[in-house]
Amino acid sequence: MRIQLLSLMLLAWVVAFCTPAQAAAKIEHWQTSQGSRIYYVHSEGLPMVDIQVAFDAGSARDGSQFGLSALTSGMLDTGAGQWNADQIAQRFESVGAQFSSSISNDMASVSLRTLTDKPLFDKALETLQVILTRPSFNEADFQREKNRTLAGLKQQEESPAELAHIAYYKALYNDHPYGHPGSGLIATVSGFNVTDLRNFYQNYYVAANAMVVIVGDLSRSQAEQTAETLISGLPVGHKPEVLPEVVMPVKASKQHIDFPSSQTHVLVGMPGTYRKDVDYFNLYVGNHILGGGGLVSKLFEEVREKRGLAYSASSSFAPMFRKGPFTLSLQTRNDQTVLALDVLNKTLADFIAQGPTEAELIAAKKNITGGFAMRFDTNKKLLSYVSMIGFYEMPLDYLDTFQQNVEKVTTVSIKDAFKRRIDPQLMQTITLGGSDKKSEK
Amino acid sequence: MNKRLLCAALLWLPVFATSAATKVSEQVLDNGLKILVKEDHRSPVAVSQVWYKVGSSYEPGGITGISHMLEHMMFKGTDKHAAGEFSRIVAENGGEENAFTGTDYTAYFQTMEASRLAVSFELEADRMRNLHLLADELKKELQVVTEERRMRTDDNPQAKMQEHFNAMAYTNSPYKNPVIGWPNDIENYKVEDLQAWYQRWYAPNNATLVVVGDVDTKAVFALAERYFGPLKSCDCQSYTLKPQAEVEQLGVRKMTIKLPAKLPTLVMGYKVPVLKTVQHEWEAYALEVLAGVLDGGSSARLESGLVRGKQLAVSVGASYSLTSRLPELFTLEATPAEGKTVWNLETALKDEIAQLQIKLVDNDELQRIKAQVLAKAVYERDSNFYQAMQLGMLETVGLGWKVVDQYVEKVNQVTAEQVREVAQKYLLEDKLSVAYLEPLPITGNITESKTEIGVR
Repeated sequence: MRIQLLSLMLLAWVVAFCTPAQAAAKIEHWQTSQGSRIYYVHSEGLPMVDIQVAFDAGSARDGSQFGLSALTSGMLDTGAGQWNADQIAQRFESVGAQFSSSISNDMASVSLRTLTDKPLFDKALETLQVILTRPSFNEADFQREKNRTLAGLKQQEESPAELAHIAYYKALYNDHPYGHPGSGLIATVSGFNVTDLRNFYQNYYVAANAMVVIVGDLSRSQAEQTAETLISGLPVGHKPEVLPEVVMPVKASKQHIDFPSSQTHVLVGMPGTYRKDVDYFNLYVGNHILGGGGLVSKLFEEVREKRGLAYSASSSFAPMFRKGPFTLSLQTRNDQTVLALDVLNKTLADFIAQGPTEAELIAAKKNITGGFAMRFDTNKKLLSYVSMIGFYEMPLDYLDTFQQNVEKVTTVSIKDAFKRRIDPQLMQTITLGGSDKKSEK
Repeated sequence: MNKRLLCAALLWLPVFATSAATKVSEQVLDNGLKILVKEDHRSPVAVSQVWYKVGSSYEPGGITGISHMLEHMMFKGTDKHAAGEFSRIVAENGGEENAFTGTDYTAYFQTMEASRLAVSFELEADRMRNLHLLADELKKELQVVTEERRMRTDDNPQAKMQEHFNAMAYTNSPYKNPVIGWPNDIENYKVEDLQAWYQRWYAPNNATLVVVGDVDTKAVFALAERYFGPLKSCDCQSYTLKPQAEVEQLGVRKMTIKLPAKLPTLVMGYKVPVLKTVQHEWEAYALEVLAGVLDGGSSARLESGLVRGKQLAVSVGASYSLTSRLPELFTLEATPAEGKTVWNLETALKDEIAQLQIKLVDNDELQRIKAQVLAKAVYERDSNFYQAMQLGMLETVGLGWKVVDQYVEKVNQVTAEQVREVAQKYLLEDKLSVAYLEPLPITGNITESKTEIGVR
């Protein structure tokens, strides 16, 4: 029996390794009868698979109970079906499977990475299915996890970076569902009871609101069966209402928060772009030149390379279902804050006024298209792309047309898009750190 | 489900996987540069890494952190390329690049579409021997590194605690110094210091080139010969690194660190050998398995027993790095739950150690650790970068890359008796260091001032 099993696996291995690599990802998509969207990419070469089940149930769905999405997600593997937390962990770990759950502003998801050898895979999948469809939300587990969250929130108050980000999101989004931190606030989380979590789970973890992404060495029929197994135990339910539009700031604001750190954290920005934005590629490529290009960008050059003012200086668009933040950030010694902020603002203002040069655009395009294959050169990276495409219902050929879309961008179109979309007069500025006094060395 | 069969199958699968698929080719150029190539054709990309045998544990007093400083300066130009050009060329070729410094190595990498490997080789070969170290560039970059230190360490209570803890736990081992360097040392680097450091360590015969990806091994060797072949070797071998063997610890060490923070923290570390220094190789693997018994996932003892069971900790972890160049600390870290103290946790963690010394680990537990190690060996192969990291690191610390292939098998051979034996032999109170982070209030002066700028 053992011998047979072994040689079979070995054979599968050899066959897999002789198959030439595929250049582009072929995303297969279908919908289950209950309305769940399934996205599948067959990736060969390693006897493993990554599976993600995602729901429109991120922190934007917290309502006034900030942190509810995160705590609900965090409790899923603390008890489910007949099993307690230890038994769940043992089931996964005895087959070498890796489970995790997480949330973002828009999305809540559970992820599984497992070997595809059948007995191992089956045990991992069954465990995931029970976690997803029959979580217990026991009172004792709830109290413990709530206390751990509260401890984490307390510890957050040690971190200037995290405090600055919380203030920044509040400044950009105020009462919009994107305006509060995903892990919540001590005041809100303290007030939760286990029923709140059960209700949240029942409302949002439903088939009509679910998406499954599968990337790895499963056949199409195995993938279909896997998705069916995972989703069929969920009630159909319905999709939540779409999130409200972001209310744009009407004027600039500047907020300083005094904190006993040696550096001041500087964040400047405004609501920027969303996933289906027609301006997306103009903004994306433009930002790549401005501050998104790693060790080569205007901001990095002005702040770090020319002046040595900071270790990291960058800008980014974080597209979400609604307008996610456009952010410029750096950290600098307290007494240099004014200087660094001036350099940052001037770099942005110049870029908006003048746009990029032809040479800068050519260099950026070469970087983006030349490095295109690296965006999905592992199953893990590919999964996160497919997940984004699926969750936001982007065209399935998003990756195939990505390079074309980048090539289409011109200096004129970038300048035009930034002018319309990024207004220096609407920038929200957060500085958090020690006051102006000369900081100790 | 027949459990025994399942375990047996699992234990075999990745062993085959590794032996069937891990094919590393090795070549040494006349100038001493070692080249390791591993073909992986899943995606049309390749990572190229240059590893130098130098890191913070090579540094004498007064210039701690200089390896890391030099890493930053390596982007500042050569005879051929002006400052910043390196990064621009890599970027224009669609590349991602960076560098990192550790206690035992300094490494530089580019990830690119596989056909552009020559771009990476040309640039790396150039800065291996022809770096320009200019006072003006150093002045600016010193500020950058100082900001980096502020961000990573000075404004982070846990990181600062770790730094002080290492400085206490080691008496004379260079592991007592932070990789980024002590602030006062950073302030006082001179161009001449960096020049000397560069001359001493940056040469083909002190480096390993690792390439993993969609490449042809022979072509990579030829390309490496073309770009790196003409480089002169150094007489760095004539400079023998002093062993700096840690003196014997003669009893438990304890310290309190008072810092503005919100939660207390406990760190404990036992002096233990590593694969490179241990008398019997299996002992290092047994310590590795022991770390897994404590912290190998959510089912492991610390999370199950102290976070969930007794609810003493909100977080807890154990770590051991068997591939360090010099003897290490087997570390335990924990943050107490509300109403519990670091002393409660210290007692509980010592109980866990005592259990390991008295009782044999359950077979189920042992199998779970091994199952995870085996599965991870497959998962790791999803990433070229990680595979290259492993090869480069093992080669650079002097263990040799072949340890990658042996790892799974050696872990698999560890028995419950061996785990108990290393617990008894090495996790000793007299070899223990303990640090408590005692939070001071974060000055109550948190004020906000808000200005609305009414431009329109």
